[in-house]
Amino acid sequence: MPNSQLTPGIVPGRLPATAYDRNFDDHLPALDAHEARVAADRCYFCHDAPCVTACPTDIDIPLFIRQIATGTPEAAARTIWTQNILGGMCARVCPTETLCEEACVRQTAEGKPVEIGLLQRHATDVAMASNRHPFSRGPATGKSVAVVGAGPAGLACAHRLAMKGHEVTVFERRPKPGGLNEYGIASYKAAGGFAAREVDWLLQIGGITVKCGVELGRDLTLADLQRDFDAVFLGIGLQGVNALRAEGEDLPGVANAVDFIADLRQSSDLSKLPVGRDVVVIGGGMTAVDAAVQSKLLGAETVTIVYRRGPEKMAASGYEQDHALQAGVRIIHNAAPFRVTGNGRVEAVDFAYTEDGPDGLKLLDEGFTLKADQVFKAIGQTLTGVPEGVMVAGGKIAATPARVWAGGDCAAGGEDLTVTAVAEGRDAAEAIHAFLTGA
Amino acid sequence: MADLTSSFIGIKSPNPFWLASAPPTDKEYNVVRAFQAGWGGVVWKTLGSEGPPVVNVSGPRYGAVWGADRRLLGLNNIELITDRPLEVNLQEIKSVKRAWKDRALVISLMVPCDEDSWKDILKRIEDTEADGVELNFGCPHGMAERGMGSAVGQVPEYIEMVTRWVKKHSRMPCIVKLTPNISDIRRPAEAAKRGGADAVSLINTINSITSVNLDDFSPEPMIDGKGTHGGYCGPAVKPIALNMVAEIARNAETHGLPISGIGGVTTWRDAAEFMALGAGNVQVCTAAMTYGFKIVQEMISGLSDYMDRKGFTSTADLVGRAVPNVTDWQYLNLNYVTKAQISQADCIQCGRCYAACEDTSHQAIAMSPDRVFTVKDEECVACNLCVNVCPVENCITMVPMQKGVVDPRTGRKVGDYANWTTHPNNPMSVKAAE
Repeated sequence: MPNSQLTPGIVPGRLPATAYDRNFDDHLPALDAHEARVAADRCYFCHDAPCVTACPTDIDIPLFIRQIATGTPEAAARTIWTQNILGGMCARVCPTETLCEEACVRQTAEGKPVEIGLLQRHATDVAMASNRHPFSRGPATGKSVAVVGAGPAGLACAHRLAMKGHEVTVFERRPKPGGLNEYGIASYKAAGGFAAREVDWLLQIGGITVKCGVELGRDLTLADLQRDFDAVFLGIGLQGVNALRAEGEDLPGVANAVDFIADLRQSSDLSKLPVGRDVVVIGGGMTAVDAAVQSKLLGAETVTIVYRRGPEKMAASGYEQDHALQAGVRIIHNAAPFRVTGNGRVEAVDFAYTEDGPDGLKLLDEGFTLKADQVFKAIGQTLTGVPEGVMVAGGKIAATPARVWAGGDCAAGGEDLTVTAVAEGRDAAEAIHAFLTGA
Repeated sequence: MADLTSSFIGIKSPNPFWLASAPPTDKEYNVVRAFQAGWGGVVWKTLGSEGPPVVNVSGPRYGAVWGADRRLLGLNNIELITDRPLEVNLQEIKSVKRAWKDRALVISLMVPCDEDSWKDILKRIEDTEADGVELNFGCPHGMAERGMGSAVGQVPEYIEMVTRWVKKHSRMPCIVKLTPNISDIRRPAEAAKRGGADAVSLINTINSITSVNLDDFSPEPMIDGKGTHGGYCGPAVKPIALNMVAEIARNAETHGLPISGIGGVTTWRDAAEFMALGAGNVQVCTAAMTYGFKIVQEMISGLSDYMDRKGFTSTADLVGRAVPNVTDWQYLNLNYVTKAQISQADCIQCGRCYAACEDTSHQAIAMSPDRVFTVKDEECVACNLCVNVCPVENCITMVPMQKGVVDPRTGRKVGDYANWTTHPNNPMSVKAAE
């Protein structure tokens, strides 16, 4: 008898075979040319536009939207990529509702911002379809740079360095480049293998060698890189996962949300990917939402996100929370797990209600129990694998030795967003270039 | 509900909305549909002389200018007069008029510029029982190359001559349709009046190329790699038409000559504006070609509601009401001072007013670091550009300064009415203003 949504335990194939493609397809379909032109016409071409100020990569949004409106989406894409070489992925994963679109004057005027994210995606999709890379390398400088981590920060850094004529080698510990774009984002946000396509397209500039399966600290040291290269960029991300600090969290069935998301992204047949009947996700960020929604899409009967504070404190935006609710996920606020129970594997989680006061979070005596055969921890990632000589403060890289730069989630400054990582990688490349050329 | 019945040069119709002579009025089938939808009258698509009908192109005959959502803003055409046999048109006109006695039915005519041709066509249409004729001196394409249409309308002497022939050989009311492709619209209107016209109608279409195909390097619409100028119409031409109607309405020589207003009438409001500037009724084409005949229902309800709000009991109360307020620049009050005022409650902080004023005007808007935009009264010349570019209706308004208050820009008190004719800077200034 085939599995269904009601089959107990963590099992694959809860849904009819045809359901998976549909569930994990693009959740926001692309605008066609006419829709894009109509959407672009809503832009007021603001003076010193607030949306640009709100964009961590400072994309000239009014200009690229005007270029779409006048029928030149490829010029629009160049405007985007000049500031943000991963503009295609950012168009898909940026929390635009808390960045450019929140700042849009039409949000102020009528609660309906210009659809900047969708327009950015339109422009970059159209331009990428032509498969012509719009940038070329500058004259060779003879300088070489090592980039550690092929995530958004590393790739943005590598591309900008290649544009400047430097020779770049990217070291990536995982089998594929892309970082969180490839391993850490819900499938329906980057459908059709987009992350890999974008990396291939980015590398067309030339001058970048990507070496996968090479891990800093295991296969090479920072000293090796400092010896062999003129400069080093660290974009190593946050590889550790915070523990629940709840009794029983080592029981089988308790897993890291980031690992679940990565497995899901790398799965070639989602009907073979097991998921629980009753799934509980602990946390309040995008990772929690991505894990919860995808559990539901894989056929879990009930999925509950439990977050220890109120909705306004959740790192996942209101838009993301709505998305989860619409997918059928239940969100419980102001509750924290204190015990995971089960006979040989997880069967339930005990929660205490919390009170968020001036003295911090307090667990109350009252609580509840949720039935669970799968529990995902999504309470934040931590910095690990920091090489010797690199100074860490507040859980982030705060200072680096000479000829070493850092950016992205591993480094201090800015939110842990793809778009912020791109900005930091790009800016580090500019700083490295200035250093190498004595500018 | 206000009474919309209209009597234009004695031609009665249940409302002042007529369809202009154009493709929508080429056949009985279309005209019957128009009357069923509620149109007050039609001017039948232009008839030519007896004989082999004209031939139209078989490639595209319309070109367009669109807004972002393909809203049709302007249309041009290279279609000629009716290409159906004269006899068929005459039979259909007669049949329609019999069935729809309460509606206006006027026949548009265009024949070669000799008296016999006009005498002949007038005789042919005599027993259709149509209400009147409209002389097509307007079409700027195709027929103009053959000495008809705007080729006549551009020569006031020809207009007068042909109008005289028509009045001599027919007792029907005669409307002369004018071309805007002329430097001073008053001259052809005066000529029509001298020739005995009962009314003028305007504007016909404007010489135009709507766009150029940047791959084939041909004007659009393209016929086998070539294009020609067509007649432009639709919402885009309305301001040009309004001015020409007003010029005729306020010209001493033509004041009082009935006008049928044409040119981009799309809504009841457009119609009301034409009528306020002196048009006794309006003729519509592009709006019907864009949306179908049903739009007349909005025009009827809209004009009626407006008239009710204003307490107008007949369209005559509206016609010409704005004409006395159309004047020459030299008579404008130079002591009327206004200042832009930005409502901070309505401002969405887009900064368009700032960019417009700072880059292209008088540097009279200040922008604070937190995007608050305020007007500098000492710099503001009241040009109105900020109002025009602001995306929020009524966010920026022009507030008149009271008499006696000092204008911080000029340091002078706001005074009584005074215009250029008496201004000290005017070398031609006269002692007593008009």
